Amino acid sequence: MQVKITVNGQPREDAVEPRMLLVHYLRDVAGLTGTHVGCETTLCGACTILMNGQAVKSCTMLAVQADGAKLTTIEGLAKNGQLHPLQEGFWEKHGLQCGFCTPGMIMAAVDLLSRNKNPSDEEIRHALEGNLCRCTGYQHIVEAVQYAAHKMR
Amino acid sequence: MAALPKFIGQPIRRREDPRLITGEGTYVDDVKLAGMLHAALMRSPYAHAKISSVDLSAARKHPGVICALSGEDLAGRLPSLPCVAPAQNVPEHPALARGKVRYVGDAVAIVVATDPYTARDAIDLITADFDPLPAVVDAEKALQPGAPLIHENFGTNLAAKAEMTPPGFDKAMSEADKTLKFRLVNQRLTPTMMEPRGVVAHWEHGYKQLTLWSSTQIPHLLRSQLADMLKLGENKIRVIAPEVGGGFGAKLNVYAEEALLGYLAMELDRPIKWIETRRENMAATTHGRGHVTYVEVGFKNDGAITAIKAKFFCDMGAYLQLLTPAIPSFTALMVPGCYRVGALAFEQNLIFTNKMATDAYRGAGRPEACYLIERTMDMVAAELGMDPVQVRRKNFIPKDAFPFTTAAGLQYDSGDYEGALNKALAMVGYDKLRTEQAAARQQGRYLGIGVSTYVEICGIGPSALLPPKLKGGGWESATVRVEPDSKVTVLTGVSPHGQGQETSFAQIAADALGIDIDDINVLHGDTAIVQYGIGTFGSRATALGGTALVMALGKVQEKMKTIASRLMEVPPQQLIFTNRTIALASDPSKSIPLQKVVEAAYGYKQPIPGVEPGLDASAFFEPSGCTFPFGTHIAVVEVDPQTGAVKFLRYVAVDDCGKIINPLLVDGQLQGGIAQGLGQALYEETVYDENGQLVTASLMDYAIPKAQMVPAIEMANTVTPTNLNPLGVKGVGEAGTIGSTPCVANAVMDALKPFGIRHIDMPLKPEKIWRAIQEAKQAKKG
Ligand code: FES
Ligand code: FES
Repeated sequence: MQVKITVNGQPREDAVEPRMLLVHYLRDVAGLTGTHVGCETTLCGACTILMNGQAVKSCTMLAVQADGAKLTTIEGLAKNGQLHPLQEGFWEKHGLQCGFCTPGMIMAAVDLLSRNKNPSDEEIRHALEGNLCRCTGYQHIVEAVQYAAHKMR
Repeated sequence: MAALPKFIGQPIRRREDPRLITGEGTYVDDVKLAGMLHAALMRSPYAHAKISSVDLSAARKHPGVICALSGEDLAGRLPSLPCVAPAQNVPEHPALARGKVRYVGDAVAIVVATDPYTARDAIDLITADFDPLPAVVDAEKALQPGAPLIHENFGTNLAAKAEMTPPGFDKAMSEADKTLKFRLVNQRLTPTMMEPRGVVAHWEHGYKQLTLWSSTQIPHLLRSQLADMLKLGENKIRVIAPEVGGGFGAKLNVYAEEALLGYLAMELDRPIKWIETRRENMAATTHGRGHVTYVEVGFKNDGAITAIKAKFFCDMGAYLQLLTPAIPSFTALMVPGCYRVGALAFEQNLIFTNKMATDAYRGAGRPEACYLIERTMDMVAAELGMDPVQVRRKNFIPKDAFPFTTAAGLQYDSGDYEGALNKALAMVGYDKLRTEQAAARQQGRYLGIGVSTYVEICGIGPSALLPPKLKGGGWESATVRVEPDSKVTVLTGVSPHGQGQETSFAQIAADALGIDIDDINVLHGDTAIVQYGIGTFGSRATALGGTALVMALGKVQEKMKTIASRLMEVPPQQLIFTNRTIALASDPSKSIPLQKVVEAAYGYKQPIPGVEPGLDASAFFEPSGCTFPFGTHIAVVEVDPQTGAVKFLRYVAVDDCGKIINPLLVDGQLQGGIAQGLGQALYEETVYDENGQLVTASLMDYAIPKAQMVPAIEMANTVTPTNLNPLGVKGVGEAGTIGSTPCVANAVMDALKPFGIRHIDMPLKPEKIWRAIQEAKQAKKG
């Protein structure tokens, strides 16, 4: 099937199998491997991206369901070589170790900060409930999000 | 140019992060090669069954399928998977099962196809006939007469047995005023790194060379084992551990898929990729822990422990993976913890069950020991009506007693257990908390305060302590290369996968050479680039790999000083490295730019006669002993008696890992470790049902902590350096996991004390706690 999808501002047109998962479309067709697959079952959040500005788990959707949508992946977050405040926050606050959960974690946090400019630590933890991290114990992730929230206010 | 700061000890943000926060890291699944094929595996749905037939014909006919193989097809073509640790009974472990399957997830067949979807489709076309056999799920029952045998040829389900009762043990036990006996379960856990395993294998026919990308913690050790299995020279296999998304010990192994992909890439002469699904990761990547222990402890009325006897039933699973039978020995060795235990006796039974193999999982044997001894301390305290802190103080190895040889025969390097304890008690406000707890109890609120004073063992060495079959000792390696433009390349034999040595090793090198960390590039994880190394596990990387780096730097420094001394006409002993120069120690204004020395070394300007050109050096550090980090963790929890739910009120961690290269990284290791340890205490448990079906086969059923389940941790350090390495560092990768599990368990038990509850096995889920409270209430009434 033919799909038209805008990925990180670039319009694309591709032929995909109807059963192809959106995450595989991004990784294998669009060649954007920053979005990771940790479970394929909507449980880990590693595949989180923005679809029309909202966080979605791209393993839970088919590529054909994104027809006509605007997607943002981790690769599209920095603008003109300038890191997004969340990327900066994760770096400054040591919010990542192995980095595998990080792209999904950052995208979920982008969604949170677009809805809530001034989240409490509790609200951050709550918002990131769908994103698992086995390395950090989350504390530095919370600090990273606070760093970005502060910077974006 | 501005003066350069000192980097060691600074919270430098990580140099590996820019690529990872922008999605530019390359994990195995991101490797793409022209003409690459994709593999998928068919796995056993039964815990124990005879394989009567595997029919691959439909799969082979499926469009896009290149090949499909069963265990029988591979007979005689791929040797058994290696277990390098000694055991009396080491079973054959074929990469694809032959004759029988022995656990749910045991690989039965492999399909290689042009794309991953097709490979998985073809798996569904395989018809395999199994004759189910009774499964052995419980390690204790596996030893009973008449239990079904997992490996018939041994006539037993015992993989190995070890016993130690030192002379004088019975006397020590008889000197006790009191004894206690209890049973502890250290439940099986699923490591659950966020990146599942994956392999890409590429046979370069013209070069007769195999390149294998694997999500591994041990590229060189893996290469050695694969060379054996695939009958290739070690110089003809290149293993690359690219970005690795967490390992926690479960990627310290040699897996069937690594051997299969290597073998098939050579057979088919095409590159092949295999990426583990999460379900496979839960079922067929090694698990951890899985001990049942019967403890007998003898103690004096003042709390002094006279003797401990521990009888272990250790669940090996169906096969022995790389180090499976070695893990429990760390438990036995660490039972005495940070205490002068009068005498220790133990018996360990290593038992086959119809489950995935256990092996190293963060802490690897030490969390089991720490849980045992720290629960024991609290049991003794409860029995004597003493404060758990007092019992610990009574038994501590005093700080002036180091080096200290424990009842298990290990020599601890250094420690100040009281120091860490006192600091943690002050931070948490212990005495005040106890008062608050008493007041809360009056109001029907159940607060619990749990303490654990842990010690653990890191950087296992010297080499004699490691099994020879591992083909790698207790040492670690480094190479330092000063390039012609004065930029520095560091090649380390450790294989970081989140720990951050690209940063901390750059800090070490920058300080040694008086240059900026941005002038240093740390490379690792590629056996074609890096000299042989052992890898990252057992909290060894900085203590051993960092020391190898210091040694290699020393050699390079020496050569640079020789050259500088000739250029400056001063004795080399008077020279120091500072601010991109080599300077006179007594008068740093008398200096020569580093670049001048490098130019001379490479001979393109002012070559120095008699000095061999070039500027690089390698070093291998063989430790003379292990390091023993320690600390005190204190958790404050509240248990809701209506629901059994546990809520964290405080968590204080005072850790001592010796000297610290980068406090940011140390905090990160500890916080992540603590989250994993409290996961074991409260949430995590690998469950197989009585038929050996894996119940916890998804992230829905296996509860790793989410952000809301982990408290904010109040952290501090004490610093007691080791004298076993020049950096004074001990290791920190596993400390948090080791210290936190008993701390949280002790806190929950402390909260439940008013009910008369002494012990509940982990994980301390609300339901279990609620039940225990109900039973305790019933018992009181009855
Ligand atoms: S890969 Fe999508 S949620 Fe795990
Ligand atoms: S940084 Fe490794 S899983 Fe989050």
